[in-house]
Amino acid sequence: MEKILQVKDLRIQFNNGKENIQPIRGVYFHVNKGETLGIVGESGCGKSVTSLSVMGLLPQKTSEIVSGEILFNDRDLSRLTEREFRKLRGNEISMIFQEPMTSLNPVFTIGKQLSEPLRQHKKMSKSKIRETIIAVLKQVGLPRAEQIIDEYPHQLSGGMRQRVMISLALLCQPKLMIADEPTTALDVTIQAQILELLKNIKRKNDMSLILITHDLSVVAEMCDRVVVMYAGEVVEEAEVNELFDQPLHPYTQGLIQSLPSNNKRKSKLFSIQGQVPKPSEIKEGCVFANRCPFVFGKCLTETPPSFQKGKHISKCWLQDPEEMEVKRIGESSTVIS
Amino acid sequence: MLDFIIKRLIQVVVVVLLALTVVFFLIRLSGDPTALFLPPDASREQIEEYREMLGFDRPIYIQYGEFMVNAVQGDFGQSLRSKEDALPLVLSRLPATFQLAISALILSLLIAIPLGVLSAYKRNSVFDRISVALTVLGQAVPSFWLGLILIYFFAAQLNILPSGGAGSIVHLILPMITLAAYSVARFTRFTRSTMLDVLRKDYIRTAKASGVPTIRLVGRYALKNSLIPIITLVALDLGTLLGGAVITEVVFAWPGVGRLLMQSLMNRDFPIVLAGVFIVALIYAVINFIADILYAYVNPQIRVK
Repeated sequence: MEKILQVKDLRIQFNNGKENIQPIRGVYFHVNKGETLGIVGESGCGKSVTSLSVMGLLPQKTSEIVSGEILFNDRDLSRLTEREFRKLRGNEISMIFQEPMTSLNPVFTIGKQLSEPLRQHKKMSKSKIRETIIAVLKQVGLPRAEQIIDEYPHQLSGGMRQRVMISLALLCQPKLMIADEPTTALDVTIQAQILELLKNIKRKNDMSLILITHDLSVVAEMCDRVVVMYAGEVVEEAEVNELFDQPLHPYTQGLIQSLPSNNKRKSKLFSIQGQVPKPSEIKEGCVFANRCPFVFGKCLTETPPSFQKGKHISKCWLQDPEEMEVKRIGESSTVIS
Repeated sequence: MLDFIIKRLIQVVVVVLLALTVVFFLIRLSGDPTALFLPPDASREQIEEYREMLGFDRPIYIQYGEFMVNAVQGDFGQSLRSKEDALPLVLSRLPATFQLAISALILSLLIAIPLGVLSAYKRNSVFDRISVALTVLGQAVPSFWLGLILIYFFAAQLNILPSGGAGSIVHLILPMITLAAYSVARFTRFTRSTMLDVLRKDYIRTAKASGVPTIRLVGRYALKNSLIPIITLVALDLGTLLGGAVITEVVFAWPGVGRLLMQSLMNRDFPIVLAGVFIVALIYAVINFIADILYAYVNPQIRVK
């Protein structure tokens, strides 16, 4: 399958004036053409930083891509100049942000803000721009598109604003859309509508979608493949069904166990013990070692490589064929499933 | 919107009346002016007679009531000294004050907004640091000192600009710079911090993600967002510039309201002081009123409500 985006061994460094920290260390993933890739992980695991680096939106003065490549259609984005990046943004790659309430400028009309990508990337007359915007607003299911175009963001509800954000991302018919927690700030019924809308739009426009979320139910609903991130690393990657049926990394297992199930109403929810290490606290060994229920000697001293089983990749010593032998002899093998 | 305007207009009236009341009583606390206007050897009877003539012998609340009734009709009485009508005298000094204040305001905005925007955009650069240092200095330097220094260099030493008085553009330069210095510093700092705040907003990131070039992003998008708080500050400062240029006007012998107020206060010329306070308070309140209307223009959220 054709890969539209490949992130290879990405390492990002932030400098806060005193010390350097690396919130992203050796991140590795790809997006196929026409697929939806989910990136899952808890707050602070580096999901958003990764997506911002793909958009070239990391703060220039305080952050730096130390190593790695971001290949978009075989072009390395990590080496683009700001001017080159600007031609891509909102044009071939676009992004939907988490907060629809604050992501639109309160002092400009919807039409004014939506005209920007067209103004920057397409040579269109004013009337043609207006026509295109109204068409896209209708496409995302906004009623009275002809009026909304002249309204201000505060006149719209949260769900409507997120639809406006989606239409902003859609205007130039991008090849890749990144949705960073697009439904987190919305209430549940609106969430379902927005997800449905994203699904339809993706299908119609034949684009690829990266869906960043911490909500596994959204992943199950929307994605073809999933990348699980933890503390700035990709710890597991698998097709969506495979991931839910057979999570290999103890972190993913913990995440899935934490989901509330319908039939056990009063039982206490499962939670993973401990806390995510801060980027400054990360030492030798596996990043999850301090919280892992299956931790053993090697985890604390050596960083696990990515073990691949078909299309299923996980970064855990338990997946080391040699270790698996040992474990099988030692205890039961239930650990893995 | 009409409701809003009417409500604000009522506020303007209340503010002005309150200011007059406060000043009326405060100024009476400073004592009886009659003695000042009579020769030192005037007898007690003469003083009493003069007091009666001016009406200062009556109970203060009656004086206040009479003053307010007349003031509302625009009659502030006559100067105790020159016997000129107080209000027309103050009004005749207004053009000079306006000329100085408006030119200082324009000068400071022309310097401060680009400086503040650039400082914010190039945050922590050498340019930013120098500009921050200068603005701190600008706010710290008292205007009487700056005025005297400017007079010393440009008038006394170099002899290229007049040290005081009014009448031509050349006379305006030094007082304008003196008066603008503080505002430049204030506006620059404020523009910088507002702009920094706006540049961090989500909607700026959204615009950036749409491919908007940096110059347009800063100059058009972020600036319009920053203008709302800046307008407030400018309005407040214009009031101060108009009413509070007292020191600058005195230092440069500028024939404005500020200097007149100062002189009248020294002379205990109550009618002129009160007429002056009336004009200054009115200007201050009206400018704030205009600023509120301007907000509504810049900020659609207010406009619709």
